[in-house]
Amino acid sequence: MSVIADLTPRRRSDGGNLWVYLIALIVVAITIGPVLYGALGGFRTNAQLADKPAGLPDPWVWTNYAGVLSNPSFWQYALNSTMIAVITTVVTVVFGLMAAYPLARYQFRGREALFMVFVLGLLFPAAVAIIPLFIIITRNLHMANTWWGVALPQAAFALPMTVVILRPFLMALPKELEEAALMDGASRIGVFWRVLMPLSAPGMITVGVLAFVTSWNAYLLPLLLLQDKMRTLPLGVADFSTEHSADTAGVLAFTTLAMIPALVLFLAFQRRLVSGLQGAVKG
Amino acid sequence: MTHDVTEPAPAAPGHATSGARRTEPVRRASGGPRGTGHRGDAWRKRLEILIFVTPALALIALFVAWPIVTAVRFSVYDWKGFGDLTDFVGLENYAEVLGDEVFRSAVGHNMVIVVGSILLQLPLGVAIALLLNRKMKGQGLLRTIIFVPYVLAEVIAAVVWLQLLQPQYGFIDAVTAQIGLTPPEQGWLGTPEYALWIVLLVLTWKYLGLAVLLFLAGMQGVSEELYEAAQLDGASWWQTQWRITVPLLGPTMRTWAFLSMIGSIQCFDMIWVLTQGGPADATATMATYLIDEGTKRHNYGIAGAASVILFVIAFAMALAYQVFVLRRDTKEDTV
Repeated sequence: MSVIADLTPRRRSDGGNLWVYLIALIVVAITIGPVLYGALGGFRTNAQLADKPAGLPDPWVWTNYAGVLSNPSFWQYALNSTMIAVITTVVTVVFGLMAAYPLARYQFRGREALFMVFVLGLLFPAAVAIIPLFIIITRNLHMANTWWGVALPQAAFALPMTVVILRPFLMALPKELEEAALMDGASRIGVFWRVLMPLSAPGMITVGVLAFVTSWNAYLLPLLLLQDKMRTLPLGVADFSTEHSADTAGVLAFTTLAMIPALVLFLAFQRRLVSGLQGAVKG
Repeated sequence: MTHDVTEPAPAAPGHATSGARRTEPVRRASGGPRGTGHRGDAWRKRLEILIFVTPALALIALFVAWPIVTAVRFSVYDWKGFGDLTDFVGLENYAEVLGDEVFRSAVGHNMVIVVGSILLQLPLGVAIALLLNRKMKGQGLLRTIIFVPYVLAEVIAAVVWLQLLQPQYGFIDAVTAQIGLTPPEQGWLGTPEYALWIVLLVLTWKYLGLAVLLFLAGMQGVSEELYEAAQLDGASWWQTQWRITVPLLGPTMRTWAFLSMIGSIQCFDMIWVLTQGGPADATATMATYLIDEGTKRHNYGIAGAASVILFVIAFAMALAYQVFVLRRDTKEDTV
């Protein structure tokens, strides 16, 4: 696993002719165009959108965004999304680090077999388990329409990837600090909390951001488990777009606002997220 | 933590031989009680491992293993969600699912998405990664922008594209009309012949960034010396890329293709928002089929059987890929 990918540009010859910039421009336009169209469309009226689908706001109107921001449902959905993502992230990171620790640092028989359990977990698509999961959470655990009912299964499905990313990360940490602490009479569990947790902060941020963004973007499980006031933003966006299908500008404003948190988080932790994904592929 | 450890630790933990060597000021007195009584230690170690691993394993057992076992159980009963599982039907549900024209075409659509995603994203991804790997202004910004669609929720991307693709009033139809083509009357997503291909294009837009990102990382792994050697031999930029970068990217491409394949097999969110599997099941996938059966029609037995078939197909493909494609990488160990 490459812990921190070196993304600095290489010194290589003959870059930067006109064609390269032109192609880059086209790629950027196609990539970011739909997102910008959504953001700008939120500043137009439906009449403007119907009249000139490809035009710019003229004049700029704020009512669509204001309408969404003064809509209590939007804030309720945002709260639900946030709480579910936070619970998912905390459970995934803490349980994942705990499981990765002995797999990385202890010598014992069956260690690789235990690790294989997590690797195998990667192979089960969530879609396979989704209908029974819905029945179990609703009828056996009585957790339907709650934050925990969505967050805990999400954490369970995130754990295999988390352990697979964190184990090599923990293996790469220097052993000396841990040994010194053990010599000083600290218990293994004490070493875990006081030495390993702080040292593995970068790895935890990577898997944490991954878990958060995955939960924030999740659709299928919340779709089956959450109704009415408990719905998350993706559900809210999908429902809003069908309920207000005539109000394109409103839908675009709602959608644009819903994508902001994931984008901000991504920009803030870009390097970590990127190195984590790359590490997962190489690991 | 900026705690530098300068002294090398020669002894493995557990051996109480080097205790005397360590004379730094320490919080507690020498490691006296540690290291004595090997049997007690062994039990203690087992207990510690158990404490660390149990929470994760318990969650996985409860929310991954139990539902999957339940899916298998559902698949051999005729159950509509009421009462106990009593109406055992053996493999009838499987026969029904496999005989269902809709499910069979759904498997076909999944395969179109699997193959189409790789055929579209691999050349495009490599080309864009090669472009971004050159020295140019605004490179960092370019890399960020190209990754943005991947970070968005599929649902959000789908809703934006739904607006772009609106019949007549949407951006795409306006542009197609402007360049003299007549867009289909029912809209691109409303026409069975086009719908799946449009879904594939939107998926490509959404996931191309991940391919580019991973390929770029693979390119960073190529040794600079190889490029210098090629340059000394007078190789052109194209020759260098074609003969050095692309071949050395092989392992990264193969791993990426594996991830892409697994994602395509369970494709759901995007389709559910764009078309709900329609029109006339033209974009149904295995996942939309089993959700349809499970939630709308409460045919839990059918949904269970479809789940198991989905898993078997995914597993068989993963295994075949591992055996025939990825094994080369573990042998060569290039990157």
